[in-house]
Amino acid sequence: MDTAVTPEVRNTLLELEGDPSFATRNRLAMRDVGEGTRLLPLAWTLGWLDIRLRYRGSMLGPLWLTLSTGIMVGALGYLYAGIFHTDINSYLPFLALSLVLWGFLASVVSESCSAFTESEGIVRAVRMPFFLFAARLLIRNVLVLAHNVLVIAVVYAVFRVWPGRHGLLAVPGLLLWGLDSLALVLMLGTFCARFRDILPIVGSVMQIAFFMSPVIWMPEQLGRGQALLPFNPFFDMLEIVRAPLLGTLPAEGIWLGAMLYSIALWVLAWSLFTRARGRIAFWI
Amino acid sequence: MNNPHILIEGVSVFFPLYHGNARSLKKTVVAAASGRLGQDRQHRVVVQALRDISFSLHGGDRLGLIGSNGAGKTTLLRTLAGIYEPVIGRVVVQGRSNALLDASLGMNVELTGRENIMLRGLYNGLPRPALARLEQDVAEFAGLGDFLDLPVRIYSAGMVVRLGFALATAIRPEILLMDEWILAGDAEFLDRARQRLEAMVRSADILVLSTHDMQIVKAWCSRALWLDQGQVRLDGSPECVADAYLGRAEQTAIAAMAEQ
Repeated sequence: MDTAVTPEVRNTLLELEGDPSFATRNRLAMRDVGEGTRLLPLAWTLGWLDIRLRYRGSMLGPLWLTLSTGIMVGALGYLYAGIFHTDINSYLPFLALSLVLWGFLASVVSESCSAFTESEGIVRAVRMPFFLFAARLLIRNVLVLAHNVLVIAVVYAVFRVWPGRHGLLAVPGLLLWGLDSLALVLMLGTFCARFRDILPIVGSVMQIAFFMSPVIWMPEQLGRGQALLPFNPFFDMLEIVRAPLLGTLPAEGIWLGAMLYSIALWVLAWSLFTRARGRIAFWI
Repeated sequence: MNNPHILIEGVSVFFPLYHGNARSLKKTVVAAASGRLGQDRQHRVVVQALRDISFSLHGGDRLGLIGSNGAGKTTLLRTLAGIYEPVIGRVVVQGRSNALLDASLGMNVELTGRENIMLRGLYNGLPRPALARLEQDVAEFAGLGDFLDLPVRIYSAGMVVRLGFALATAIRPEILLMDEWILAGDAEFLDRARQRLEAMVRSADILVLSTHDMQIVKAWCSRALWLDQGQVRLDGSPECVADAYLGRAEQTAIAAMAEQ
């Protein structure tokens, strides 16, 4: 009855030392990312199960996401079109797109904080690459985004908006979002494992950012203040995906800004992650 | 050097204590772990869970870890599994290792038994065809029937233990790191379980087992390590170390009785 299974041979040499040099830390962090990437099927399953679990037992399942986003877009759309005296035909497609995209950004940021602590059981039971949890979080949020895209599609169809060929330029923007999301998890996940009071701080920062960034208001409404907008990282990041999907090109310098912010984020995330990776298991 | 081996050189592991009121926590921990508190360079309070441990193991070695609760046995197993990285010293582990530290490893009670089996397989990096075999093996041994497709949340305590045990023993590693929970179980289940466990232990190249049961140490191990307050107190043959440990335990008991 010997049906037991032997696992696939991976890189099975584990070599760890106290107070490692920078090169060693860097190598171990790279290995973490490499092994996490190889466990992509697991990250996919975990991300998918996260969504399934959230909506298990509900009648519509993940379509609740679509429905609640749709209702919010509809309600806010008519309300703010009235307040801002804007034409609903151009405002509602803008709002639907902005809210869905912002929803993705905001939930990646806030979920990053608990990315490692929520997997405490696994981290303390088996050596797992931390990058796995970053990939899981990204996949989970991409799945949510995919459900919300339906809202955008419906609004576009109703208002007969079509981004045209410019829409394809959103693809590199989305890829950059993916990379930055992974960096965010490595950074905030590590930081929040050590300092537990970061989570509420991040929450309030994101709330301020929501009102300060052109999500429910349009950049043009700002008048002369528009020149200052690129200094808000959320604006640059939002524009590289939103502008193409609205059928326009991001203004000059927006892509440059987005790249600079992304590089800064990665440098920060990587230096924190390489320094602290070996300590995370002790913190959570 | 591709044979499974373990090399531990002067390893120390410290736990930082960050949470809670430092001062009162300090008092309680001082009482609990006398002499094991220190301060690191940044003056944080740390618990020295392992202090200057060295040993090496090669194919065929079976090491039993003994010591009172809090002596550092589980921390040492976690260090060997690569979960905790040493603060001082060096850890080299060559070979596929599997750490069976507690029954609920990665088990999510909201998921069904079948989903939990699949996840465990994926955590261990099993390829697709092996996943099907794993599921069949675990289902057969745990004998859960239709419950396999229901959430673990509604299982009885015994069913959870059976599933946890079946999962833990389904994957055959080269280096087996075992905590003693796995030796516990209900009587009817125990016979079959012991056979299965022994088959897994036999097939492992290296075994590190943490236990309080001296019979198990004497029967299964070829070497024993007595840990006391994070340090190696005695290292030698299972008989010798077990007797020394029991002798000391007896003395403590007598001393306690005398005090009363």
